[in-house]
Amino acid sequence: MKKIKNMSTEKLFKFFVYSALLTLAVSIIIPVAWVFMASIKENSEFYANPWNLPMGVYFENFKIAFIEAKMGEYFMNSVIATTIGLVVLLLVALPAAYVLARFNFKGKKFVDGMLMAGLFVNVNYIVVPIFLMLLGADNMIYDLIEQELVLNNIFVLGIVYAATAIPFTVYLLSSFFRTLPKAYEEAAEIDGCGYFKTMTKVMIPLAMPSIVTVLLFNFLAFWNEYILALTLNPSSGKTLPVGLMSLMQASRGKAEYGVLYAGLVIVMLPTLILYILVQKKLTQGMTMGGLKD
Amino acid sequence: MKRNKEKNIFVALCLAPALLLFTIFMVIPTLNVFYISTLKWGGLSANKTFVGLKNYTILFEDMNFIASLQNTILIIVIVTIITMVVSLIFASIIVREDIKFKNFFRVIFYIPNILSVVVISSIFAQIYDPSTNGLLNSILGLFNGEGWTTIKFLGDQGIVIYAIIGAMIWQAIGYYMVMYMASISAIPEHLYEAAQIAGASRFTQFTRITIPLIWNNIRTTLTFFIISSINLSFLFVKVMTSGGPDGASETVLSYLYSQAYTNASYGYGMAIGAVVFILSFILSGAISKATKRDVLEY
Repeated sequence: MKKIKNMSTEKLFKFFVYSALLTLAVSIIIPVAWVFMASIKENSEFYANPWNLPMGVYFENFKIAFIEAKMGEYFMNSVIATTIGLVVLLLVALPAAYVLARFNFKGKKFVDGMLMAGLFVNVNYIVVPIFLMLLGADNMIYDLIEQELVLNNIFVLGIVYAATAIPFTVYLLSSFFRTLPKAYEEAAEIDGCGYFKTMTKVMIPLAMPSIVTVLLFNFLAFWNEYILALTLNPSSGKTLPVGLMSLMQASRGKAEYGVLYAGLVIVMLPTLILYILVQKKLTQGMTMGGLKD
Repeated sequence: MKRNKEKNIFVALCLAPALLLFTIFMVIPTLNVFYISTLKWGGLSANKTFVGLKNYTILFEDMNFIASLQNTILIIVIVTIITMVVSLIFASIIVREDIKFKNFFRVIFYIPNILSVVVISSIFAQIYDPSTNGLLNSILGLFNGEGWTTIKFLGDQGIVIYAIIGAMIWQAIGYYMVMYMASISAIPEHLYEAAQIAGASRFTQFTRITIPLIWNNIRTTLTFFIISSINLSFLFVKVMTSGGPDGASETVLSYLYSQAYTNASYGYGMAIGAVVFILSFILSGAISKATKRDVLEY
């Protein structure tokens, strides 16, 4: 008798568990799927029930978004800023992380401490001073060559992205370097490798797994970044998130909803595709770094 | 000796580029936050006047700042409590229970975390749309009869902050869940088996085994909650409401931004930044201290 009762509470529990899991899953899937659906709706369909399925595939929205709303141009800007950010970041962070993990030198504690403190400085606090600093630089350059170079420059934005990601990246990479056995370097030294060759030919290839993690996290951070892009590149060199905001304001005025949803798809599709490809790596890597911006 | 010199050159060359970028774009701007906060400065002109701590004394009498601070604290408290409870329970269920499609749920729950805050905010702006075509209002319309007026989620001073909190929780749950899942799955199975033999219920196992053993992880996430709520609430507010209606959803950092750019008082804006920065440290430190327990080993 008791066993039967246990069985039914067990079933009830399972029922609750599955409905809770499904509710949360649905609350995430529906808004995202809804954006995709709305992006292929014609404008007139937006005055009907929002839950209606699209009547056809109306790709015109994407065409308008890409060309008239300049999302195509912003897409390229995002690609450039993200690529420069990632390349510069790896070039400067890998040697620094390696040296901090493997060498003893004067001032090491100080450098370690500064970078650790940097983990706590969020971009939101320093975006205004960065803007003012670049503005000052621009004014100085203007006096010399009558041209503004630093603000509204997509390459500078990429470098700023790289710089603000240094503390997190060095922290993550150097904790990985520390786990590698010393024997690799000793072997390389016996084979006659210098410091530089040991680093580039032996140690950095060994760090590939953590390099991939670093690339993934920073790709998402740079691609989705909004406040630096908005502040430093207000008139040209707009990235996708900034462009999406202007699109949102414009489409409200003109009541062109389809184009707005097409814009949303353009911004989130690359991250979604990347996520589907590497989701295991991403959620594993997160517990490795254990950090949030 | 030669080798030693060579080593020092190598170390310096490896560190220099990273430290240069770090210093220009992080160290100097951080110091400048404090420096600019002592100035009266419109930013665009060379017209800077040193005013000492005057910006700070204005700050503590500025009711708009106090209101934005209250909003921020409300957001931190509610987002932390709800997100933490929900993600702990879900993490524990997914790891501990015999559930089908575990991987599917984990993959779906993490999706909001890879989307840009701008994307999430635009999606929620449509969800909260005040017309009957808004997702939420169209659902609510089903339960309400004729003559029902839609809810202006982002246009009502009393509701707007909760609407933003809703979006923030939606975004955060998956992240913390994955984090808790990792630490819960590290707890050895035999502890739960022993508890089961002793007749402990699921709830008792959760409160007496799971929570104490991942306590350090929970403490770390508390710090994350505080710091990231301050930062993310800024982005959500900036994109969804820009502080409106009538300042009702202003948070500390969005107030900073509007003081600096809309009002062109950079000095005052930076004083806000400095105070919030220090407050967030004190708050994290205090909470970390208050939640300190002896670490249990397993």
